[in-house]
Amino acid sequence: MKIQLSRQALLSELREQVRDLSEQNLLACYQCGKCSAGCPSIEAMDVMPSQIIRWVQLGQIEKALKSKTIWLCAACQTCKVRCPRGVDLARIMEALRQLVLRENLHYVHPNMISKEDLEELPQIALVANFRKFTP
Amino acid sequence: MSVLELSYMPGCTLKTKAKNFETTTLRLLELLDVQAEELPDWYCCGTTYSLASDNVINQLGPIRTLVKAKESGREELLVLCSMCYNTLRRAQELVRSDEEKRSKINEFMYDEETDFSGDEVRVVHLLTLLKEEIGFEALKQKLLKDAGDLKVAAYYGCMLLRPREIAVDPVPEHPSILEDLFAACGVESVYFPFRTECCGSYQTVNEKQVVISRTRAITESAVKNGADLIVTSCPLCYYNLDAYQPKVAEATPGFRRIPVMYVSQILALLAGLEETQDFNLHVVDPRPVLREKGLIGKDAVAAGEGE
Repeated sequence: MKIQLSRQALLSELREQVRDLSEQNLLACYQCGKCSAGCPSIEAMDVMPSQIIRWVQLGQIEKALKSKTIWLCAACQTCKVRCPRGVDLARIMEALRQLVLRENLHYVHPNMISKEDLEELPQIALVANFRKFTP
Repeated sequence: MSVLELSYMPGCTLKTKAKNFETTTLRLLELLDVQAEELPDWYCCGTTYSLASDNVINQLGPIRTLVKAKESGREELLVLCSMCYNTLRRAQELVRSDEEKRSKINEFMYDEETDFSGDEVRVVHLLTLLKEEIGFEALKQKLLKDAGDLKVAAYYGCMLLRPREIAVDPVPEHPSILEDLFAACGVESVYFPFRTECCGSYQTVNEKQVVISRTRAITESAVKNGADLIVTSCPLCYYNLDAYQPKVAEATPGFRRIPVMYVSQILALLAGLEETQDFNLHVVDPRPVLREKGLIGKDAVAAGEGE
């Protein structure tokens, strides 16, 4: 995959927003891949969690925002507790989702959920889903 | 033995999909001389802790509940649901450690008359209550039945263990509180490597394939290691692991179903409280296993069965 690096990308406002919303030291990651190895949703992802943080490091925020990966995170914290560099990747995923959702875009809309699911699913699943995927 | 009195927050799901968890726990606590007073006015915990640094508004629900708990005058707040436990504890840690956010949160407390600084109430999960305050030995004294050669797979999930600061076990990477509890009650638990892995959580709403795959991995691992039952304390893990097994079976030739139960259900059965259970709430019926192991009567008709 070709990535065009630039000073502007590295200093972009979006990248700063990710840093501020996640409160993480983005440069701490040294790409060991432990987060990707432990991620429970990895088989459904288009890019690996470790690639997401690499993109964020390199200022390629728009690429990250277009990935399906950020929406497959279940906030299980496995990556966070296993990271040898103390990076909370779940917070970076949340920051990226927030950048999309704060444009008033819904990733999930209540209308999209079938009647059967609304009756069957426990409330904790629905509330958590809306918390993570609606503005 | 004196009565231990504490506040109790059930959360939403214990009143609907997870009734078995609440009814069996409350009866068990009665037996153990614990008086759990449900807060008259508790709020939705938000279920998943908000991770964005500026998202203070999502902390208001859990903090309001903690304020109510403080106002009740009781020092402890009992929670059963793992998701309530996680959000309440983390919101509490935030208020305790971040002065700026604490004052911001307090600015939203229009109706609350009590200040909250983070450490006035102890949020206690059922497992911690059983271990630290009641004691596994005292619990064992109340048990009437022998589990025989029943083998359980103790499944922790995520929310009781991560992050470390709020974990119910001092060794969250390799917890043993559930296994220790069962050992004290004479129930054998098997080790299985998926016991602290994620079930897919709220992805159950729109990424069913993820949960199918997680349920397959977790249940197959439990079966392979010789378990008769999976035991958990999280209503969402319970739902995903139980309700998804028919879907897994469709896609997996030779798949063996395994019943999933709440930890309190097993303890209640051992204490002879069979009538507290509604086995119709299970997708994978635990009755055949429980009958075989002598935990329910051979011909006793449990609630709703055989109508």
